[in-house]
Amino acid sequence: MRNEAGRDHDNRQGVRRTVSKTLFALAGMFAFAFALVPLYDVFCEVTGLNGKTSASAQALVHEEVDTSRMVTVQFVTRGSAGLPWNLEVETRQIRVHPGQSAEVGFAFHNTGDSAIWGRAVPSVSPSRANPHLRKLTCFCFQEQRLEAGERMSAPLVFQLTRDLPEDVNTVTLVYTLYPVTRDEAALQARASGGIGDEA
Amino acid sequence: MAPKLPLHHPVEQSSTASAGGQAAAHPAPPRGLMRWLLTTNHKEIGSLYLIFSLTMFFIGGIFALVVRAELFQPGLQLVVPEFFNQMTTMHGLIMVFGAIMPAFVGLANWMVPLQIGAPDMALPRLNNFSFWLLPVAFTLLLSTLLMPGGGPNFGWTFYAPLSTTYAPPSTTFFILSLHIAGISSILGAINIIATILNLRAPGMRLMDMPLFCWTWLITAFLLIAVMPVLAGAVTMMLMDINFGTSFFNAAGGGDPVLFQHLFWFFGHPEVYIMILPAFGIVSAIIPTFSRKRLFGYASMVYATASIAILSFMVWAHHMFTVGLPLAAELFFMYTTMLIAVPTGVKVFNWIATMFRGSISFEPPMLFALAFVVQFTVGGFSGLMLAISPADFQYHDTYFVVAHFHYVLVPGALFAILAAAYYWLPKWTGHYPNVKLAQWHFWLSVIGVNLTFFPMHFSGLAGMPRRIPDYALQFADFNVASSLGAFLFGASQLLFVILIIKCVRGGEKAPAKAWEGAEDLEWSVPSPAPLHTFEHPPTFRRESE
Repeated sequence: MRNEAGRDHDNRQGVRRTVSKTLFALAGMFAFAFALVPLYDVFCEVTGLNGKTSASAQALVHEEVDTSRMVTVQFVTRGSAGLPWNLEVETRQIRVHPGQSAEVGFAFHNTGDSAIWGRAVPSVSPSRANPHLRKLTCFCFQEQRLEAGERMSAPLVFQLTRDLPEDVNTVTLVYTLYPVTRDEAALQARASGGIGDEA
Repeated sequence: MAPKLPLHHPVEQSSTASAGGQAAAHPAPPRGLMRWLLTTNHKEIGSLYLIFSLTMFFIGGIFALVVRAELFQPGLQLVVPEFFNQMTTMHGLIMVFGAIMPAFVGLANWMVPLQIGAPDMALPRLNNFSFWLLPVAFTLLLSTLLMPGGGPNFGWTFYAPLSTTYAPPSTTFFILSLHIAGISSILGAINIIATILNLRAPGMRLMDMPLFCWTWLITAFLLIAVMPVLAGAVTMMLMDINFGTSFFNAAGGGDPVLFQHLFWFFGHPEVYIMILPAFGIVSAIIPTFSRKRLFGYASMVYATASIAILSFMVWAHHMFTVGLPLAAELFFMYTTMLIAVPTGVKVFNWIATMFRGSISFEPPMLFALAFVVQFTVGGFSGLMLAISPADFQYHDTYFVVAHFHYVLVPGALFAILAAAYYWLPKWTGHYPNVKLAQWHFWLSVIGVNLTFFPMHFSGLAGMPRRIPDYALQFADFNVASSLGAFLFGASQLLFVILIIKCVRGGEKAPAKAWEGAEDLEWSVPSPAPLHTFEHPPTFRRESE
C-alpha cells in the first residue's frame, strides 16, 4: 500500500509537470500566431514576394542606362467599394530602358458629394521584379483627402534598376483605391508631421 | 439527451466493481441530470462525448441533405443562395468541430485509461469542463442561424475578407463559439497527454502502448500546437470586425492572404487530427480479426510521428492559386507528396497484418476494411491535388469535395463506426445485432460511394464547389450524388436503432469479447464497471 501511495504522489507530480509544460507550449503557440503577422511582412519584404512595394521614397540609383533592353511597364488602376473616386493614368503603358528614370502622371477625381480620405495601395507583378522597381516619388506613400468633386494630379517617378532579371520583359504596377475610415487617426498623423503610414 | 444514456445501474456497479475493491469508498453519486453535469468519470464523460457527437452528426447531416436536395436538379428549387451558403458552411463546421473531433475525444476518454491500465484520466474535473464547453459552443453556433443576417455563410474555411468585411453580423458569435470549442479541444488534449505520459500501468513502456494511444498522443500534441494558432486567427478577425484593426484588410496595410496562411497552418494539421486516431483504431481492429499481431508496430509509430511533423510543412498546398512564387509551389508540392510515404507504410502494414491471417468479418472488421480501401482512394485523389500545376484546374471544384469527403467519411467516420462496433460489447456488455450492423455497413458503403464517387467526375468536368446552381451538363452526376446522400443519411438511422438495442439487451459479451483481442481493456468485465484498474494491473509484454 505504501508503495502505491508513493506512486500516486509521483503520478500527481508528473501530471503537474506535464500540464505546466503543455500550458507553456500553448502560450507560446498563441504568441507565435500573432508573431506571424510581422514575420509575414518581413518575409515578404526580404523576398519581395506578394508585390508589396516600399512604402517610402527611395533614392535614384545612378547607373548607366542599359540601352540594349526595353522593358514594358504597365499601369492598372482599380477603384474599390465605398470610395467614389476615379484614378486615371495618363498612359496605360510605357517602355523604358533599365536604369532610366521615368515620370508618369496620375489624376485623382472624387466623384462623390462629400470630402473623404483615401489611399492608393500599390502592388507589383511579377513579384520578382519588386526589388528592382524603385519609386522616387509616389502618391501612394500617403493618404489623400479630396473635397467633393475635387481633382488632383500626382506624379509617379520610378526607375527600374539594371539588375532586373533578364527574363522579365513586362512589369505591371497595380494601384487599388481604398477608403480610409480612420479620419481622425490620419489627420493626427498628418498634423504631427508624419506621413500617416505605418504599413 | 440524458435519459437515453447507457446507465451503469448502481446495483450492477457494486457487484462488478468488487474486482476493483474500492467502490464503497466513494460517496453516492448525484442522480438524474446532476449526475451527468457533475460526473468526473472517464467512462461517463466518454459516453457524453460520443452521444454529443452523434447528435451533431445528425444535425450536420441534415444540413448536408438540404445542400444535396437543392443540388438534385440545376436551377434554384428549395432554398435561396444565401441560405445555401449557410448550410454548406454550417455542415462543414459542425462535422469537423462538432462530430468528428468530439467523437475521437470521446473514444479516447473511454478507451485510453482502459488501454494503459489507468483508473481514470489524469485530470477528471478538467475533463468534465472540457466536455460541457461543447454544448455551449455549438448552441451558440447553431443559434446564429436564427439571428438577423443569418449564420456564417463564408465556407468552413472562413477566408477573410468574406468573413470580416462582408460577413453577417452574427460572425462575432461564430468567433466566440470557435474559441470555446477550441478551448475544449485544448483541455481535452492536455488531459490525454497527461494521462498517457504519467498513468501507464507499471512496466508499460511507451512502445508497449496500443496504437490507439500512440496516435492519440501524437494527435494531442498536434492540437496543442495548432489550436492556439486558430484562436489567434479568429481573434484577429474579431479585432478586424469590431476594433478597427487591419490584420486582413488591404486598405489598412493588412493582407487577406495572411489569413489563408494562418488558417491553413492550423487547418492542415487539423485534418490529421481528424485522421490519426482513425489510424489507431484500424490498427487495433485489423490484428484482432486477422488473429495476428500488428505487422510493423514500430514503423506504425514512426509513420504516425512523421505524418504529424510533415503536416506542418505542407499548408500552402491549399493555396496553390493565390500567386505563390514558383519555389514555394514546388516546395509544397514535394512535401505534400512526401506524406504519401509514411501513409503508404501504414496501408502496407495493415495489408501485411491480414496476409495469411485467419480473417473473420465481424462488423468492426467490415468497417475497418472499408476504411483501408476507401481512405486509400481519398489518398490518391489527394496526390492528384498535390500536383501543383494540375491543382490550378482542380482548385475549388467538386474534385476537392470528393477528395476530402473520401478521407473524412469512409475514412474518419467509418473508423469511428468501426470503433463503436468494436468497443460496444465493452461499453454495454452486449454484442451489437449482427444483421442490423451488416445492413448498416452495406447501405453506408453503397451510399458513400454513390454520393462521392460521381463528384470526382463533376469536379474534373469543372463544377465549382459552394454553388447552389450549376450548368446542365453536371445534372446526372448530381442526381447520383443526391440519391446517394439520402441513402447514406437514412442508413445512419439504423446505427441509432442498433445502439439503442445494444444498450437495452442482446447477446451477452464476455470480458474478452473478440477472440483475437489482446489489449488491456479486454481484461476488465463487460460492461466495464464504473471504476476499473484502481489497483494498477501488471502489464506483461506479449513476447515474454
